[in-house]
Amino acid sequence: MATNILMPALSPTMEEGKLAKWLVKEGDTVKSGTILAEIETDKATMEFEAVDEGKIGKILVAEGTEGVKVNSPIAVLLDEGEKADAVPAAKHDIPAAMKDIGAAVKAEVAPKADAPKAAAPAVAAAPKTDGTRVFASPLARRIAADKGIDISALAGTGPRGRIVKSDVENAKPGAAKPVAGAPAAAGGGIPGVAPLPDARLLYPAGSYEETPHDSMRKAIAKRLTSAKTLIPHYYLTVDCNLTALMAVREKMNAAAPKDKDKKPAYKLSVNDFIMKASAMALMKHPDVNASWTDTAILRHKDADVGVAVALDFGLITPIIFKAQTKGLVEISNEVKLLAGLAKEKKLKPNQYEGGGFSVSNLGMYGIKSFTSIINPPQSCIIAVGAGEDRAIVVNGKIEIANVMTVTMSADHRVVDGGTGAKFLATLKQFIEEPASMLL
Amino acid sequence: MADTYDVVIVGGGPGGYVCAIRCAQLGLKTAVVERDRMGGICLNWGCIPTKALLRSSEIWHLMHRLEEFGMSADNFKFDIEKVVKRSRAVSKQLSDGVSFLMKKHKIVVIPGEAKLAGKGKLIVTKDGKTTDVSAKNIVLATGARARTMPGLEPDGKLIWTYREAMVPTMFPTSLLVVGSGAIGIEFASFYKTLGAEVTVVEILDRVMPVEDEEISAFAAKAFTKQGMKLKLGTQVTELKKGADNVTCTLKAKDGKTETVVVDRVILAMGIVGNVENIGLEVAGIKVDRTHIVAGKYGETGVDGVWAIGDLVGGPWLAHKAMHEGVIVAEKIAGVKGVHPLNTSNVAGCTYCWPQVASVGMTEAKARETGRKIKVGKFPFIGNGKAIAMGEAEGLVKTVFDATTGELLGAHMIGAEVTELIQGYVIAKTGELTDAELSHTIFPHPTLSEMMHEAVLAADGAALHI
Repeated sequence: MATNILMPALSPTMEEGKLAKWLVKEGDTVKSGTILAEIETDKATMEFEAVDEGKIGKILVAEGTEGVKVNSPIAVLLDEGEKADAVPAAKHDIPAAMKDIGAAVKAEVAPKADAPKAAAPAVAAAPKTDGTRVFASPLARRIAADKGIDISALAGTGPRGRIVKSDVENAKPGAAKPVAGAPAAAGGGIPGVAPLPDARLLYPAGSYEETPHDSMRKAIAKRLTSAKTLIPHYYLTVDCNLTALMAVREKMNAAAPKDKDKKPAYKLSVNDFIMKASAMALMKHPDVNASWTDTAILRHKDADVGVAVALDFGLITPIIFKAQTKGLVEISNEVKLLAGLAKEKKLKPNQYEGGGFSVSNLGMYGIKSFTSIINPPQSCIIAVGAGEDRAIVVNGKIEIANVMTVTMSADHRVVDGGTGAKFLATLKQFIEEPASMLL
Repeated sequence: MADTYDVVIVGGGPGGYVCAIRCAQLGLKTAVVERDRMGGICLNWGCIPTKALLRSSEIWHLMHRLEEFGMSADNFKFDIEKVVKRSRAVSKQLSDGVSFLMKKHKIVVIPGEAKLAGKGKLIVTKDGKTTDVSAKNIVLATGARARTMPGLEPDGKLIWTYREAMVPTMFPTSLLVVGSGAIGIEFASFYKTLGAEVTVVEILDRVMPVEDEEISAFAAKAFTKQGMKLKLGTQVTELKKGADNVTCTLKAKDGKTETVVVDRVILAMGIVGNVENIGLEVAGIKVDRTHIVAGKYGETGVDGVWAIGDLVGGPWLAHKAMHEGVIVAEKIAGVKGVHPLNTSNVAGCTYCWPQVASVGMTEAKARETGRKIKVGKFPFIGNGKAIAMGEAEGLVKTVFDATTGELLGAHMIGAEVTELIQGYVIAKTGELTDAELSHTIFPHPTLSEMMHEAVLAADGAALHI
């Protein structure tokens, strides 16, 4: 019996993605494990494998199509002997009233291994993946889902900016653009706050080059706008004396075994020490290793530490999971691996979603100190500046020391000032006396 | 020099007085001009006193069913004068209540009749004396009155409008009601229940022609069973007054005529807006037949003059006028995000027996739009509470857009449906779809469960039938 191949949910929060490339064509025979297509999400490009065998009957969604909803049919898989025009088993006969039960829309072809099986409900009334809630009527959501309109990109005209039926009916499928002047990424804006004007209005045409947002740029804009708008940030700054750490690092790197090309097995960076120190400090201060929800604070049992990786085309924060169990060399090598994957857009969602804490380091650019925006669902992030020789006062005397400034941004809903300060004191201690991490 | 108000509202009916309260809440200096009693037709001669009368008839009806409930009583009777007296007392209580609300909100009530007299000016006439009133904004809310036709004019004695029908000094043994809209059918129900011979004449081919056809048919059957005579597709061509009766000539669609002799006639052929003598011509406000042409926020096209309620057209309902009063008040005060009234979310309620309530499109209207629809129905006989109440006669019907799940309309007939319809109104206003309604847990045992079942029935999933 012919079945529909459905757009896979490559992460629990994925709602739609771009069908970047078909790797099979109509008439191809596929078996379990055959790579069918490349799917691009806001963070990564992933390969999509077949789980059943059969013949590709018809490709329903052309490659290059953006905004393909999770669970929408993208191709038809035929059983042996079936004609190319065989129609998949009716799966749209589900009574409309049942439609919003995600399970009712069964995915015939589910992505393997990493991707969770549970498909996202077709019409989610839940908060957006980035934490901003879209206010929309159920009817507006239903029509938007049917027409393939991204409801979060619409401006609502209902009570208090709620998106209502007429807003969706007036929008064009797939090309939902916010009303001119409405904030593009703020999910319809904040009641009572004037939207920012469209910058185009302020510059003469032709005086700039326009680069349309790619999905990562959109995700960055949305996530950071909501994080900075919705999370009550506060900041704590501490200076760390790196003298001891630099000495230890030098010794350890010198002791690294070398292969036949004289390439050392590892080369620890200052950042690797900071990652390790963060993990250790988080285990001592579980209140910091926590996430906010509307009803409870989630304290994480492992120290999953994210590391911000700057990319030519954006930014991503892959995570060293269970960093408290990992040694410096393991952390160092894993960071390198993840950063490499990130640069090739090959990170999988389970490599960057979640986490309990993040480290953002701009020291290599000579930045002295800065503040970061919290990376939800985490509650704290440290912004690490450059280690530099500074004059410090020790026992009443001025001395030269290698000092680095660390500024932590904390979510005050989760981490109060005293808690944050105690954590930072521990972190400082671990950084200044790396040996104390062994205690 | 007369006071200058931010807002003066002409007419203290439900549209006018609610507009005034909202204006006052928003800090505007407000006055209402009223020629009679606060509360307008609704409180004094409409919605409220008729509900009081119908309550009396409902009790009378139940008295006749005592046996069914295991009781008996002898020698019970009604006194029409006392029934009317109670109704008047209810009206007075509420009208006084509105006057109190005006006082509470520091709204000045100016007695008299007002007329537009140039920009920001009104002349108020009371007992021949005139006063000038200045206002930055004037809201016209003069309401409407019963429609009359040549040859079908009320005389207040033998031929009544709602006004006389509400305060009878004698109980007519036979009655002809012209028009089967909400007003006509409520009076028909009241008098029929109390024992009068009632004939209802309707020019269209079904009773309560604005309702869903199935509801009309259901109502017609129920009324006929009660002994009401329905003359559908029939016109009244002549009313000949006798000493204490009226000889009515009726002409059916097929040209056949007949005469009926009745004690009294009630004219309920719709209503016309009170557009006369308020200075509309001078101000340059457009009138279409008997209604002011107003924008979606009550704008009349003349700066600073607004119009609301029955005066600007249908549906001719107090709650529609009240909502328009709020909209105009908020517009005047510069409140942001004011939304125009959506008439497809305004419910209509008729307190005949059985009651009728509806919101949105009828099934036929929904089909006319060309969309794919699905219809759900559930009868009262399948509802526990209805049976326990001894009210097993009725029907709940839903009309959905089959594609989007939008609730296009809901239609109900039966006990207490006027109290139930708001559930569907909320669903429509909040743009809930069949999915949310299906997942709503309705309390048991209530009549409201039928509303749930009628939603489920649209998907063939009703549980108790």
